[in-house]
Amino acid sequence: MEPGIRLDEHLVLRARACARDIADGVWEHVDKHTTDSVERTSLRLLGVTGVNDIDVPLVNVIVEQSRELLSGGIVGPFVALLMRSGRDAQEVAEAVASGQLSLAPVPPEQRAQVERTATELALRGVGRIDAVRRRREELVAALADPITPWLYVIVATGNIHEDVVQAKAAARAGADVIAVIRTTAQSLLDYVPYGLTTEGFGGTYATQENFRLMRAGLDEVGEEVGRYIRLCNYASGLCMPEIAAMGSLERLDMMLNDSMYGIIFRNINMRRTFVDQYLARLLNARAGIIINTGEDNYLTTADALEKGYTVISSDFINEEFASRAGLEPWQMGIGHAFEIDPSTPDQVLYQIADAQLVRQLFPAASPKYMPPTKYMPGDIFMGHIIDAMFNFTGVFTGQHIQLLGMLTEALHTPLMQDRYLSIKNAKYIFESCRHLGEQFTIKPGSLIEQRAADVLRKAVSQLERVADIGLFKALELGEFADVTRDPEGGRGHEGVIARAKDYFNPFYAALREGKMSGSPRGASPTDQSAC
Amino acid sequence: MYVKPYGDTRDDGLVQLSFTLPVPCTAKATDIGKQLLERMGFHDVAIAEARGIDPEYTFYVAFARTDTTIDPEQVTGDYLEVEMMDYSAINSLLEKELRRKLVVVGAAIESDAHTVGIDAIMNMKGYAGNYGLERYPQITALNMGSQIPCEQLVHTAVEMGADAILVSQVVTQKNIHVQNLTKLIELLEAEGLRERFILVVGGPRINNAFAKELGYDAGFGARTTPLEVASFLAQEAKRRASA
Repeated sequence: MEPGIRLDEHLVLRARACARDIADGVWEHVDKHTTDSVERTSLRLLGVTGVNDIDVPLVNVIVEQSRELLSGGIVGPFVALLMRSGRDAQEVAEAVASGQLSLAPVPPEQRAQVERTATELALRGVGRIDAVRRRREELVAALADPITPWLYVIVATGNIHEDVVQAKAAARAGADVIAVIRTTAQSLLDYVPYGLTTEGFGGTYATQENFRLMRAGLDEVGEEVGRYIRLCNYASGLCMPEIAAMGSLERLDMMLNDSMYGIIFRNINMRRTFVDQYLARLLNARAGIIINTGEDNYLTTADALEKGYTVISSDFINEEFASRAGLEPWQMGIGHAFEIDPSTPDQVLYQIADAQLVRQLFPAASPKYMPPTKYMPGDIFMGHIIDAMFNFTGVFTGQHIQLLGMLTEALHTPLMQDRYLSIKNAKYIFESCRHLGEQFTIKPGSLIEQRAADVLRKAVSQLERVADIGLFKALELGEFADVTRDPEGGRGHEGVIARAKDYFNPFYAALREGKMSGSPRGASPTDQSAC
Repeated sequence: MYVKPYGDTRDDGLVQLSFTLPVPCTAKATDIGKQLLERMGFHDVAIAEARGIDPEYTFYVAFARTDTTIDPEQVTGDYLEVEMMDYSAINSLLEKELRRKLVVVGAAIESDAHTVGIDAIMNMKGYAGNYGLERYPQITALNMGSQIPCEQLVHTAVEMGADAILVSQVVTQKNIHVQNLTKLIELLEAEGLRERFILVVGGPRINNAFAKELGYDAGFGARTTPLEVASFLAQEAKRRASA
């Protein structure tokens, strides 16, 4: 809508300044620490993969065996051993895991040479990510890039083979993005399972092999339907950066990656999360992956009408954290949601105000709009209509990524027909209202403008409060989603390690050096006629 | 008195159905769907829509009549009969009968990461205009959140001297909820604590009969309000206090 809501530009500047202050406080911690998963990620990027005979990933075995070396970074000792033994990374890893070889501190006189070699290897590792990114660009250029809002649906059978069948069906029906929901509680595993999996609870294990299988399936169906089909998974939980690395190598296009979600909703230690997240986002940035932030979750606990501002303030924090990791605006799937109680008079008016506000505050971002879940009834017919209003709001306000609601939300994981009906709903509304938004201007002083101004004002005052006490303290006091978290508590705390003065990890620099830029440019979308 | 589904005329037996078959949407797809419904015992089958939603799958919307009837009087089972009370009546009942606050601990246990159910019942805000247990002056409520191991839940309940434990289970894929819920019961029994607590489970796929079968005192299903749970807890606490 042009012109849109009249915003108090002073407040917007204030919000971003607060977000910078908040990030400064967090980075003081981030720059001084490493974690188990950061070190494991570094080994993965050097080429270590696989598990031992009791299915423990080799990267976990090595990190556990070498705890006293972690404060200096595992890469130096590992590369020194690589040079000494003349074997490749995987062979060295296997030998270390089986006890044939062991890691030792790098002697000072060898440091310079080891670090030079490690830096070369790091650049080579990052080169693998670049090759994957280039491949995406070629494919998007060869096929059409779908028009926005992209239709995003989930598959969650637990069996990767079944997921591929469902994902292909969804793509044929019109889906542009397929997210594979993870098995429940994977975020709390301090290792990444290995190999293809056919059993899961409420979702499918995120493993590198499962990523590969789904990617191949989507490439196949993308060719068939003439659109590049994007794949999404989760860079979250205790293995956030490791999964980001796997996603970068297997050409995932989107990853859920929120600055605070794991802390608030999974009780993962905050010191751990912030350190892990930075590397995960550096990887996503390098790989040309769009991150999706998780603000919708606040509204499943708190009330969307009263606490809508927490979404906006968290969006600002996520934006600042993302740009510090080198993510470009188009890579920021800024999250928000359609969660106001449908029995509220003027519900859709408020939803339009909130959605339009996000669109205007983050004009170059790729906002990700989440569907109604909290008030979805068992009456699927009514639910389908609520989803329709959500779709209308999404296209009317020009959202970028639309996570489609299912009429059977909260009843069961989507059946094939549910996904079909949901896509049909979205396609009808998107096609029929494609240019509707641009015909309208928002009336100055209207209820929409008043609501948006109120939300922004409250968001800024929350950000000021958080900037004042720091994010650690704010999380401890339950500033977000009314959940309180102890900075020293939560899962994964024991895996946070203070960096020694001579900490060495070449990946932080390598991931920034010579980074490609810009979103992939596809041919214009072909006419998407109904099947 | 026997009843049948009602479309627009008493006893017309009209049912609407939708389903997907793993068959391509060819010329005979309509008949495949129709004959399937006839084999289920339906007649006057009208396939309103048969549409290929993938090369190998056809989605159906159909209307059909059934001769099957049911006598509501003959339906019996383990239903939770709670006398619905209002907010102030619950508080005054607790105040009068218990003469102290009712202590309630709740959690989504084990692998279940969903707080939506336990939050709706316990959080101050409540659900659908219905205050949560935290709001009740006569209830001390602790919502521990999601993914709480059974051991931790029991430990906390003992420590707080809880009267009641509320457990939420949303994920039911491959019957994971049965494993989780059984684990809690077994733990309580092993510690000799089962009788100490009013033990309640809730979730979209939970019902009272199922909960009873597993050894719980009550089970609440989808769209349960905090008021229903609070009414049950107050009445059960009163019953136990006077027993």
